[in-house]
Amino acid sequence: MTAAGRFEIITTGHAAGEAPSPVTPKNVSHLAGTPNPSAAALSEKFPLAVERTLVVWGETVVYVSRTSVLEMMEWLRDDPTQRYDYLSDVTAVEYRDFDQPLEVVWHLRSLPFRRFLRVKVQLPKSGPLEVPSVWSIWKSADWLERECFDMFGIKFTGHPDLRRILMWEQYREGYPLRKDFPLRGRFSRAEQLRQALAQNPESRYSMEELTVADAFEDLPEDMRRRLSAGEKTGE
Amino acid sequence: MGLTTPSNATRAVSYVPESQEGWVATRLDFLVNWSRANSLWPMPFGTACCAIEFMATAASRFDLARFGMERMSFSPRQADVLICAGRVPFKLAPIIRRIWQQMPQPKWAISMGACASTGGMFDNYAVVQGIDTIIPVDVYVPGCPPRPEGLIHGIRLLQEKVMNERSSDKRIREEMDPDPSSELYIPASVINELGEPFGNSVHQNRSAP
Repeated sequence: MTAAGRFEIITTGHAAGEAPSPVTPKNVSHLAGTPNPSAAALSEKFPLAVERTLVVWGETVVYVSRTSVLEMMEWLRDDPTQRYDYLSDVTAVEYRDFDQPLEVVWHLRSLPFRRFLRVKVQLPKSGPLEVPSVWSIWKSADWLERECFDMFGIKFTGHPDLRRILMWEQYREGYPLRKDFPLRGRFSRAEQLRQALAQNPESRYSMEELTVADAFEDLPEDMRRRLSAGEKTGE
Repeated sequence: MGLTTPSNATRAVSYVPESQEGWVATRLDFLVNWSRANSLWPMPFGTACCAIEFMATAASRFDLARFGMERMSFSPRQADVLICAGRVPFKLAPIIRRIWQQMPQPKWAISMGACASTGGMFDNYAVVQGIDTIIPVDVYVPGCPPRPEGLIHGIRLLQEKVMNERSSDKRIREEMDPDPSSELYIPASVINELGEPFGNSVHQNRSAP
């Protein structure tokens, strides 16, 4: 390989003789990109569940209905033409416009096909903020969903150990990333510090670690119950 | 490195006639303080970018060994100075309090950088507005982050403070005594005043008192 060849812009999937389109942000149009083939396959397989498909900055966004999330995700991972074997992020968006629904976002990556797919579910604020957990499909969802629950208060049904991960267990001020949450929190600084100092630093270990720690009595009631029933988290 | 001792600097115990201390007591104080000031063992509590500057201070160019501080004590039980370098979130508040209580007397604390001293630009729900609301602090080092020279200046100020301690002063070795119901060691009104917004951020309001 020549020295010049080594520093060429890496291009993907173009036929010989065709002008390659460099994969740089410069050449990606805002809304006019070609969608990920998985989006079409998804709407063919689940015609009722896929609400709409968007291509934003070359990335495909699929809006789906909440009830069929689990089924679709499982198909996306297991189907030999999709093989989304990597869940890179679970997060949520709340828009400043109060009437806009909350969105839960999954970022999926298919390493064999080099595809990226963004799946969104809209949760109207009038209804329950609940979506099925994908923990049974990708184990990486465990902490991502806990973080999403901690920051937005979205309940992931079926998650084995849905508790706060960034804020401490006994945090009582609410969900910090919601738009109605004031930047400085709801309580006065002294009250915040009092509540923070009242926590036991050892009570934030996972349930397995707690069997050797002495913070058992400081845990919330439901965790104590689950722990004494011998429940384990994760694998 | 620009760190010259002023020629008129006195590293001696000042003599206060009213304190009724004899020559032996003040000389003994001098000896004890001199040995303490020149072998302060730091307990690094680095949580953010200030810790990088702290590491630079400890490394060869700035060389904390010149001040007898090359021995980083990663156990609070063998430490003299707690150097809090970086922001402290509320979740760390009970931990830094416990580390401070585990350190044996005599002990001092340096609050390094804007975040540790005041919360800095993190005037939000998650960050303690100054570690002096949790533990007593001896020296505040300003900067974001402070350069190693800044930290060394803070250390020299602390050494000066140690040199001026007197064994007859009973207050200097008092252990903190937090209120058992709230765990706060200073009144809540003082904490609220210290955590008061300043500068640009006064435009944002709390939703409940």
